[in-house]
Amino acid sequence: MKPTFARRFIAGVLGLVSVVAFTSSAQAAGEVKHPRAVNGTWEGPFGRFDRAQLQRGFQVYKEVCSGCHSMNLLHYRNLGDEHGPFYDPKYPNPNENPVIKAIAATYTVKAVDPDGNEEERPGLPSDKFVSPFETRAQAAAANGGAVPPDMSALIKARHNGGDYVYSLLSGYDQTPPKDKKIPEGKHYNPYMPGGVIAMGPPLVDDQVTYADTEGNKGIKPTVDQMSHDVVAFLSWASEPHQTQRKITGFGVMAFLLVLTILLWFSYRQVWRNVEH
Amino acid sequence: MSGPSSYVPKSDLEKWLDTRLPIMRFMNDTLVDFPTPKNLNYWYTFGGILAVCLASQIITGIILAMHYVPHVDMAFNSVERIMRDVNYGWLIRFMHSNGASMFFLAVYIHIFRGLYYGSYKAPREILWGLGVIIFLLMIITAFMGYVLPWGQMSLWGATVITNIVGAVPFIGDSIKTWLLGGFAVDNATLNRFFSLHYLLPFVIAGVVVLHIWALHVPGNNNPTGVEVQDVKKETLPFHPYYTIKDAFAICVFLLIFAGFVFFGPNTLGHPDNYIPANNQVTPSHIVPEWYLLPFYAILRAITFDILIIDAKFGGVIAMGGAILILFALPWLDSSKIKSMRYRPVARMWWFAFVLNFLMLAVCGAMPAEPPWTVISLICTIFYFAYFLVVLPVLGVIEKPQTPPASIADSILQSHKKSAGVSAAAVPAE
Repeated sequence: MKPTFARRFIAGVLGLVSVVAFTSSAQAAGEVKHPRAVNGTWEGPFGRFDRAQLQRGFQVYKEVCSGCHSMNLLHYRNLGDEHGPFYDPKYPNPNENPVIKAIAATYTVKAVDPDGNEEERPGLPSDKFVSPFETRAQAAAANGGAVPPDMSALIKARHNGGDYVYSLLSGYDQTPPKDKKIPEGKHYNPYMPGGVIAMGPPLVDDQVTYADTEGNKGIKPTVDQMSHDVVAFLSWASEPHQTQRKITGFGVMAFLLVLTILLWFSYRQVWRNVEH
Repeated sequence: MSGPSSYVPKSDLEKWLDTRLPIMRFMNDTLVDFPTPKNLNYWYTFGGILAVCLASQIITGIILAMHYVPHVDMAFNSVERIMRDVNYGWLIRFMHSNGASMFFLAVYIHIFRGLYYGSYKAPREILWGLGVIIFLLMIITAFMGYVLPWGQMSLWGATVITNIVGAVPFIGDSIKTWLLGGFAVDNATLNRFFSLHYLLPFVIAGVVVLHIWALHVPGNNNPTGVEVQDVKKETLPFHPYYTIKDAFAICVFLLIFAGFVFFGPNTLGHPDNYIPANNQVTPSHIVPEWYLLPFYAILRAITFDILIIDAKFGGVIAMGGAILILFALPWLDSSKIKSMRYRPVARMWWFAFVLNFLMLAVCGAMPAEPPWTVISLICTIFYFAYFLVVLPVLGVIEKPQTPPASIADSILQSHKKSAGVSAAAVPAE
């Protein structure tokens, strides 16, 4: 009777879980177009970021997105963290990494000098990513009333965030259904809930020029490619420690698995003479 | 079960201590020599698993509190800072957020196990009631904890749930304002929720002590539901027999836990909670964490006024009643037999009840519109009918099987059976 109880229980639970999965996905599909899979190298337990791609993604962010979108949770030093786009093992402290210093220095940061005067100085690795707008009101005024969302945690703040942002960025080429009214100054994008988005098509082919390096060989800055690259960068930015998390995870799982096996045999040994 | 102590102090120090504060005797009698039925299955390991969950939540929670800032302007960023800049902060935070889910997974299995084997029946009514108090405290603690990251779901979930209090006739609004510390969920609310979220786990720990005390007086129930008659023949000392078995089960559980923490830490959460709270923008679809969905469905199931009780207050009564009714369960179930192993009809109802509870969880996740409102109502009615009609009536009219005369008998029988099966499975050579 015991195995029947367990088996039925588990079968029932699995059945209901699949009902939930089915109904919730069906519900989501009713409102917006299901996003295309980004199929990033970083996805899944074994997935890892491609360093060259992270650098390209940062370039797209810097040259395109950052005109309107802030990333308030990131500092320039984060770019040089382990598993980040510009990590250099020679500089475990990214504040000392010359590449990071150079990137930070391309920005102008508003600060107050020791005498209390407002000043503008070149950015430092310890500075936060500079925001395109100083206040929400400014951001709204400059963008037809729609505040461009901060992109620091964007990927984890949306359902299937990677797929969604990738599809959205490369989804402006589709024609709206005939009965769809697109208000003045807005745009059609089937991946946006409701199909109408305030942001105009952000990317066009060859908008950025990728450096001619080993990692970029054969890579053309098409809309699709740039969308993919910037999603890689944003995925990293959402969870900068995700690679470390997965690597640690394998160690923890291996340890627990061995311990579980040892405990199983210990249990058998302790109970060997007990009728139960 | 409690009985004469088997502790013999060995050293002079132990003897000295034993006549002043018999703490070693207490530890020995509760954790080492405690006589435990031989026939407990793996569903009985969840008590130990839950103790680990509570300890893990308290330890990770204390560390998080060292870095967290309970202020509406800083809470969201302080949680992100924990995951980005604090050494191994991501690990601590994900252990805590996923730990809540694992805690509830384990407690639900623990509760349904008790329902199946009749663990709430005499002489364990107090034990069961203390368990219900722990469950209630867990729900309150988890709800407040979910508000702390101050994302969109934190703010709007808190707004929806605290509106519950406002449903109380006449004085509801005043109580709500008093509880929130203002007219809406804001900084004062966040501060007091943080304070209470830190306090309540220690209250839970205190009730857990009582829960274990109440367990150790009558001793464990067991899958046969037949009480221990011969301590020598039918029980084993807790250590090493059940410490090792629990340790194994805990490790299997930790494997699943670690799977979530390291490879899908956001799977069980809602993406909207990574959007900073904004009281000007309502999320299109407000849902609580998965473990509260069944009760959320019951809350929303009442969509009509009943006499002087309006729909909103009716929902509140139903949701509160769904938990409070568990206190009355020991007196609602009229069956003389504890374990549903020997109650074939009751067993079918139990399975139906489990599926119904899962269906309620589905309803809770869905928008409050047809057909989900109707399904919620049907499931809610069945939920209450199980306690108020099925269990009281079934004990009188069902024809149960005869349970074994004793645990020893049942062990003997199952050995005969399995010996018979294996003999049949192996062809004669």
